Amino acid sequence: MKTICLYFEIHQITHLKRYRFFEIGSDHYYYDDYINEQTISEVAQQSYIPALRTLIEMVESHKGAFKVALSISGVALEQLEIYAPEVLDLLQTLNKTGCCEFVCEPYAHSLSSLAHEGTFRAEVKEMRQKIKSYFGQEPQVFRNSSLIYNNEIGHIVAEMGFKGALMEGAKHILGWKSPHYLYHHIEHPSLKLLLRDYKLSDDISLRFSNSQWSEYPLFADKYIGWIAGTPEKEQVFNIFMELAALGIYQPLQSNILEFLKALPICAKEQGISFSTPTEVIENYKSKDGIDAPYHVSWTDEERDISPWLGNSMQREAFDKLYSVAERIFLSNDKKIKQDWYYLQASNNFRFMTTKNNQVSIGRGIYESAYDAFTNYMNILGDFLQRVNALYPIDIDNEELSALLTTIKNQDIEIERLQNEVSSLKKELATKTTKRATRKKTTE
Amino acid sequence: MKVLMFGWEFPPHILGGLGTASYGLTQGMSLQEDMDITFCIPKPWGDEDQSFLRIVGMNSVPVVWKEPTYEEVKHRFGTYMQPELYYELRNHIYADFSYMHTNDMGCIEFSGRYPDNLHEEINNYSIVAGVVARQQTFDIIHSHDWLTYPAGIHAKQVSGKPLVVHVHATDFDRSRGNVNPTVYGIEKNGMDMADCIMCVSELTRQTVIHKYHQDPRKVFTVHNAVSPLAPEIEAIQPQKNPKEKIVTFLGRLTMQKGPEYFVEAASLVLQRTKNIRFVMAGNGDMMQQMIRLVAERGIADRFHFPGFMKGKQVYEVLKMSDVYIMPSVSEPFGISPLEAMQCSVPTIISKQSGCAEILEKCIKIDYWDIQAMADAIYAICHYDALYEYLKTEGKKEVDSIVWEKVGLLVRRLYDQVLSHHHS
Repeated sequence: MKTICLYFEIHQITHLKRYRFFEIGSDHYYYDDYINEQTISEVAQQSYIPALRTLIEMVESHKGAFKVALSISGVALEQLEIYAPEVLDLLQTLNKTGCCEFVCEPYAHSLSSLAHEGTFRAEVKEMRQKIKSYFGQEPQVFRNSSLIYNNEIGHIVAEMGFKGALMEGAKHILGWKSPHYLYHHIEHPSLKLLLRDYKLSDDISLRFSNSQWSEYPLFADKYIGWIAGTPEKEQVFNIFMELAALGIYQPLQSNILEFLKALPICAKEQGISFSTPTEVIENYKSKDGIDAPYHVSWTDEERDISPWLGNSMQREAFDKLYSVAERIFLSNDKKIKQDWYYLQASNNFRFMTTKNNQVSIGRGIYESAYDAFTNYMNILGDFLQRVNALYPIDIDNEELSALLTTIKNQDIEIERLQNEVSSLKKELATKTTKRATRKKTTE
Repeated sequence: MKVLMFGWEFPPHILGGLGTASYGLTQGMSLQEDMDITFCIPKPWGDEDQSFLRIVGMNSVPVVWKEPTYEEVKHRFGTYMQPELYYELRNHIYADFSYMHTNDMGCIEFSGRYPDNLHEEINNYSIVAGVVARQQTFDIIHSHDWLTYPAGIHAKQVSGKPLVVHVHATDFDRSRGNVNPTVYGIEKNGMDMADCIMCVSELTRQTVIHKYHQDPRKVFTVHNAVSPLAPEIEAIQPQKNPKEKIVTFLGRLTMQKGPEYFVEAASLVLQRTKNIRFVMAGNGDMMQQMIRLVAERGIADRFHFPGFMKGKQVYEVLKMSDVYIMPSVSEPFGISPLEAMQCSVPTIISKQSGCAEILEKCIKIDYWDIQAMADAIYAICHYDALYEYLKTEGKKEVDSIVWEKVGLLVRRLYDQVLSHHHS
């Protein structure tokens, strides 16, 4: 039986504010609250709220036949908590239906998987706990920021106990293989891979309302017809996109939600089911191992990491940021850890891209790649100063780690010694009283 | 195709960007095999490069009949003109100009600069143009900047050939809005009479359409380009102090170029760092004011005024620099950032500059936004990745902006004008 795995991602960056170099060292607040509130409420009103309501309605009216998967970045969750808590209520409602699976992603929507394993693991762990505490689910499936994946990342994820990961069905990795099967990591058969069908996904998220497109207007029966028309053996159709595609990239007046609502009805007629990623992993057999020596992502035509690390400025900012990863890993400063999350968001690097894209990309508050780079580096300048002020710079990380362990263990050590002192004192006291009594008796 | 061009400056003796642009454009056009250009300038020096066009010196065109010997003519004008041409031109004197001040050759003297009696020179230039237009054969007339518009109109009336005017600047750019009515009159008249108007940027095109009330259908944008660096300039080895960064402003110190914003940005940068020097090379009516401002801000120890630079000196300064900045308030095109990028210098330009329309690998700011300007200067000096990126990518970008392409565009417009022209 053919099945559709529908998955949406929720992520919004915490926008940085305009930060001039003369503020370095004096201003440690880096965020533009006004823009953040504005963007979050706009996205919530135009996209998240209507889209989630539709999903809930669909789940309810199809009584379990329609299922969906969601993931949400930790930073977006924080933003929603502050500016649009009604979105979280809707997520809870959807969660209670039991037809929604939450997928885990790095907390900061960061590129840490490309830089520092410790940071990456910590971030994923943090997000896992957050999902557990929010929705009571233990996430079984992982997706990296922007679906960045290669063998190495798969290896770490498998070690962390995930059963599956989402990945882009990029041609340069797949070759002649079809994305319409379940696959697994080449070395870890326990880690299954769900490959995004970028054609079917982008038909909705990129092209749906484009009247120049040859398939315009797209209706649900035609769309499901494409899936039904594939060879019998191709069974898994992974349609992944950002939730903002429903309402922002494709405006509501294009009737994208009506299209979405019609999908399960048409699918039922053709005998196509819906599954969550975990169900796909449990119910289908893996076809083959996927060897991904290079990074793939779901962004741009190249589907690699060039949108974030394509030019020298991006690489410089990236290297500078992660140069302190180890230090921050060792520290306990809450404020620094929080800034560390926000500064890591991959969007910050995307703003600096100089790639010549056909579609214009949003640069947030910035006018150009140089503007984005300059502003980010100014903020990073201040941040690095603060990190360096935590511990003396001339101590290298290993030594520092050893010292910190000593400091951490100091309390235990002191306690042990104090216990020793007090027990010795006691012993001494009893001895003196004994001696005194002995004296008395001799007298 | 034969083109009669009127210009005011031609390298190597140039005073501003007009001469550089005239040279580049004609050279780019001359790469088309059937292109034959006659270029009129007020006063040739004899060392102009005539390999790809013919130069006619307006100070060597007789307007009063005199009978010098062949030897005399050769002695006086031989370095840049065949003596035969003098006699041919003499045959086309069209009125009695003996009341005018002429020399022993029957010619009017020109300074070839921008003297106080500029309007008189413009008028004389137009009188002489009448003789040239009667003697020469050509298909189209091309006038560079307002100084030569009257000459172009004259030539058009004499010959009936179409007139193209090339707007390198308007008085709105030069005066920040306080236009000189006489200049405006000459400019407007030239544009009204023109069959086609070429503007060096979309910015200028909009000015021409809205301030000079021209029909948008005859106004076209023809962006400038830049000539490749000469080998002797490529060979200049920059003298660099690794401990210090140099930020350079190069241009006339007039209000059009926005020098005061540069000083203010410099003072912001220097509040934070000390290893940057600022150079303001050039001359102009705001020089004294700028020196005073620098002193008031207390940054005179880091801010230098080396004065007017010419020829090779310009490139020596550029190659020494780590940042080039052009904060022009209103710049029709602005060729100097392109020259800086050719020398691999990261460049900051104002969005109010015409060249911002074709440059991508440089930082663009609003001329009044001194904080953004300071930030950009600081960033290039401190973040090596940005410096390296702008340096290499900027060079690559500017190397692809060549006059040959501009020449082809001009040719297309010529053909269009001629196909509509019935004479």
